[in-house]
Amino acid sequence: MLKTTSKMLLGVAFAGGLMMPHAFAETSLNALFMAQAAYSEADVRAMTEAFTKANPDIKVNLEFVPYEGLHDKTVLAQGSGGYDVVLFDVIWPAEYATNNVLVDVSSRITDEMKKGVLPGAWTTVQYDGKSYGIPWILDTKYLFYNKEILEKAGITAPPKTWDELSEQAKTIKDKGLLETPIAWSWAQAEAAICDYTTLVSAYRGEFLKDGKPDFQTGGGLDALNYMVESYKSGLTNPNSKEFLEEDVRKVFQNGEAAFALNWTYMYNLANDPKESKVAGKVGIVPAPGVAGKSDISAMNGSMGLGITSTSKHPDEAWKYVAYMTSQATQNEYAKLSLPIWASSYDDPAVIKGQEELIAAAKIGLAAMYPRPTTPKYQELSTALQQAIQEALLGQASPEDALKTAAENSGL
Amino acid sequence: MGPRSLAFTIFVHACALLLAVVILAPVAWLFVMSISPAADLSAKPLHWWPQEADFSRYKLLLSTVENSAGAAFTAALRNSIEVAGMATLAALAVAIPAGWAVSRTPSVGWSLSMVIATYMLPPVALAVPLYMGLARLGMLNNVFGLALVYLTILAPFTTWLMKSGFDTIPREIEAAAMMDGANLFQTLRRITLPLAMPVVATSALFAFLLAWDEFFYALLFTSDQRAKTLTVTIADLAGGRIADYGLIATAGVLAALPPVFIGLVMQRALISGLTSGGVKG
Amino acid sequence: MSGPFMTTRAWLLMLPLLGVMIAVIGWPLVDTIGLSFTNAKLVGTSGTFVGFDNYAKMLSSTNFQRTLYTTAWFAIVSVAVEMVIGVLTALLLNQEFHGRFVLRALMILPWALPTVVNATLWRLIYNPEYGALNAALTQIGIIDSYRSWLGEPGTAMTALIIADTWKNFPLVTLIALAALQAVPRDIRAAALVDGAGPLARFRYVTLPFIVGPLMVALVLRTIEAFKVFDIIWVMTRGGPANSTRTLSILVYQEAFSFQRAGSGASLALIVTLLVTVLAASYAVLVRKTAGSAR
Repeated sequence: MLKTTSKMLLGVAFAGGLMMPHAFAETSLNALFMAQAAYSEADVRAMTEAFTKANPDIKVNLEFVPYEGLHDKTVLAQGSGGYDVVLFDVIWPAEYATNNVLVDVSSRITDEMKKGVLPGAWTTVQYDGKSYGIPWILDTKYLFYNKEILEKAGITAPPKTWDELSEQAKTIKDKGLLETPIAWSWAQAEAAICDYTTLVSAYRGEFLKDGKPDFQTGGGLDALNYMVESYKSGLTNPNSKEFLEEDVRKVFQNGEAAFALNWTYMYNLANDPKESKVAGKVGIVPAPGVAGKSDISAMNGSMGLGITSTSKHPDEAWKYVAYMTSQATQNEYAKLSLPIWASSYDDPAVIKGQEELIAAAKIGLAAMYPRPTTPKYQELSTALQQAIQEALLGQASPEDALKTAAENSGL
Repeated sequence: MGPRSLAFTIFVHACALLLAVVILAPVAWLFVMSISPAADLSAKPLHWWPQEADFSRYKLLLSTVENSAGAAFTAALRNSIEVAGMATLAALAVAIPAGWAVSRTPSVGWSLSMVIATYMLPPVALAVPLYMGLARLGMLNNVFGLALVYLTILAPFTTWLMKSGFDTIPREIEAAAMMDGANLFQTLRRITLPLAMPVVATSALFAFLLAWDEFFYALLFTSDQRAKTLTVTIADLAGGRIADYGLIATAGVLAALPPVFIGLVMQRALISGLTSGGVKG
Repeated sequence: MSGPFMTTRAWLLMLPLLGVMIAVIGWPLVDTIGLSFTNAKLVGTSGTFVGFDNYAKMLSSTNFQRTLYTTAWFAIVSVAVEMVIGVLTALLLNQEFHGRFVLRALMILPWALPTVVNATLWRLIYNPEYGALNAALTQIGIIDSYRSWLGEPGTAMTALIIADTWKNFPLVTLIALAALQAVPRDIRAAALVDGAGPLARFRYVTLPFIVGPLMVALVLRTIEAFKVFDIIWVMTRGGPANSTRTLSILVYQEAFSFQRAGSGASLALIVTLLVTVLAASYAVLVRKTAGSAR
């Protein structure tokens, strides 16, 4: 559907270019992305090149920062009007909208987009009923497992519940196959919150109730208890507490983890024999659930592309955002990041070679649990990261750690 | 010095060897990582020496193909050179007259002490107003804006070094030239400055190295290839989102080359600078 | 030439320096003081006057107290270790042995390495799964399994201090070595004839010559260590569990990540005050020791 739209845009751009070849100066856009493995720097550069080829009057300068720098860079660049297009995480629209960092693009969104994009994906870019961009990366945490190790341990099916995961890991450990079978990304960073949120969704916990912290009891506490228990029991790789996602991937594709919680991108990279020692043995399922509470767990780790309020070229910026999020572009690069478009999931070209991933995605993406929506998310997250680490390191009990986090959350 | 026992000689050599290893090992490892294939770097047990040296990462980072990772890196390299170069020249331009003034007229010396005292200010204490001020002037994410800020880090040091240098040049030489009818600026240009050239060179080296090393302001005040410096680029690479440790190491080697080269070649000048402030203080 | 003329001329020559310093440091400092009494956000609202609220809130927060302690620990330990190793290596390099000139030249290497590169290098060395330190220690047999050096509060701080020391002790070495070389040989020879032991010789002959320059190095390094940001930002970002979060990182978080310019400014000024008091008391100490040692 969007193919036609983008072709139309393309046509318009060409016509414009032909009619007034020298009349208007080249527009230069600055776009901020993150350095990551899914939609890697090379991918984004290739997509952008295709865009500028189709729109010769627009030049796009790309900037890549690690995820940890994405928020601060976006905020700091307001002073210089630095970026026209920024990548933003699902947790930031509240703050960005409140502080007028991004422009409301609700009126620009076409009916085609509204209908074609998965409804769950739209929540990524919305706050207070307005849309601040188009979702671009649709992602949740999946449970990856090493088929060979599970087989050796005599395990026939991947775990359906978190308790079952612990049991299977224990079997693997007891049989001497791996010292520490589970790898997570629990560094003091947003990555730890993502893993925690996955567990919170499994335990049916709640971050906020009436705007006040509610994670210190119930499911929120159960989730942290599970993490601490898994860490203390030695089933979890103790280095998880300084891992980010790429560290998890390295350990997993080196064959040093039987289970790992990670994003979509790991599936095809860990299956690439050039990169990985476990190619062909990678299993993927939705993250497990909790008996009596949930069948599976998933969290919304999606990101969107938006236009900054300081951009002097919002129309060209929108053109770029529309191109980057178009179904054609997304299908072409669907190996490391799955499209936001519903119909892509039935497109044989997209599914081919990653049937297992698509099957897990269909279930996982439909059950994505959100991190809290609040303009003070950064503070809340910082406080929670500290709580998780303190509990893991045994500096505080999970109860006390979460209570302190609730007090320091700024809410 | 008296004759030394054999045991003492052995002890000294052993310590010297240990020191050499401590100094060299980390730097050598950085270089080895930069030429090791990625698989070697994630091997267990670790491969300490690559079977085949792989220089492809240097080629990748130094390529100038538009819109590539190499272009981003070379842009940062250029920005670092520009910013450090401009800041150094500007620092010398303000430090030479000021250093001479304090050397010849010690009664104004207290103002230099005040300037040097700004060294105690943590950059975070100035960052917010500087950020807002640069934003108002449109000089955020701009090499000139960054160089202006760096100037204030470099100028106190260079002025102090220049003052120490001028102190060693006798006033009588200047007085003689003045008597021959030369005015102040002619005297400074023809007589004093040539004599102070070694100190000027030392100050310039120090200033350049200081500016090259700066990270905090660059992190806050730059956002893309137009002004981002090497230190920020490397911190971005090291941020944990790059799986190829060799690439991070390569960027580190490239960023370290200029200052290390300056350090090794110009060592005499640098050490004299390091100590002239210290010994006299 | 008359005195007033000289003075006026001197001020004129200092004008560019003073002008730049006032514009880029003086004015922002005054502005920061003003900000610290408001609840201004980084971008947008300029905020309203809130008196000493920010100061009260910051000083009483456990975050601040913990961070202050962390910073002091980092500064004191790293500077102390750097001074001791620096002096010892200077004494070593002052001995006669083969290759001492090469070794002296090498000392400049860590010092010339950019701080961020140094931090990156050590972060790679400490990597829990693929780092050189784990590999080396297990292969030698000192530890039997890989450790998470930057993941444990106990070792993370030590690991940071080692990385910082490695880069900065050569500066102390070079300063001390230059001072050592200024010790007249006949004084030393005389002490040897008098039968003074090595420790006595160091205390009464060598130390008086190097204590002045060392004090300057001590002051400079302590100030630097209190302001530390780069190495921690790159290596741990303050983790694990904020055990390596220093004051500069805390100010960054408050003012930039959370965009609370007002309370960020108050915190920054508290840090400034601390460093100033510290430096001033050091300066007194320098004057005293320099006086008594000569």
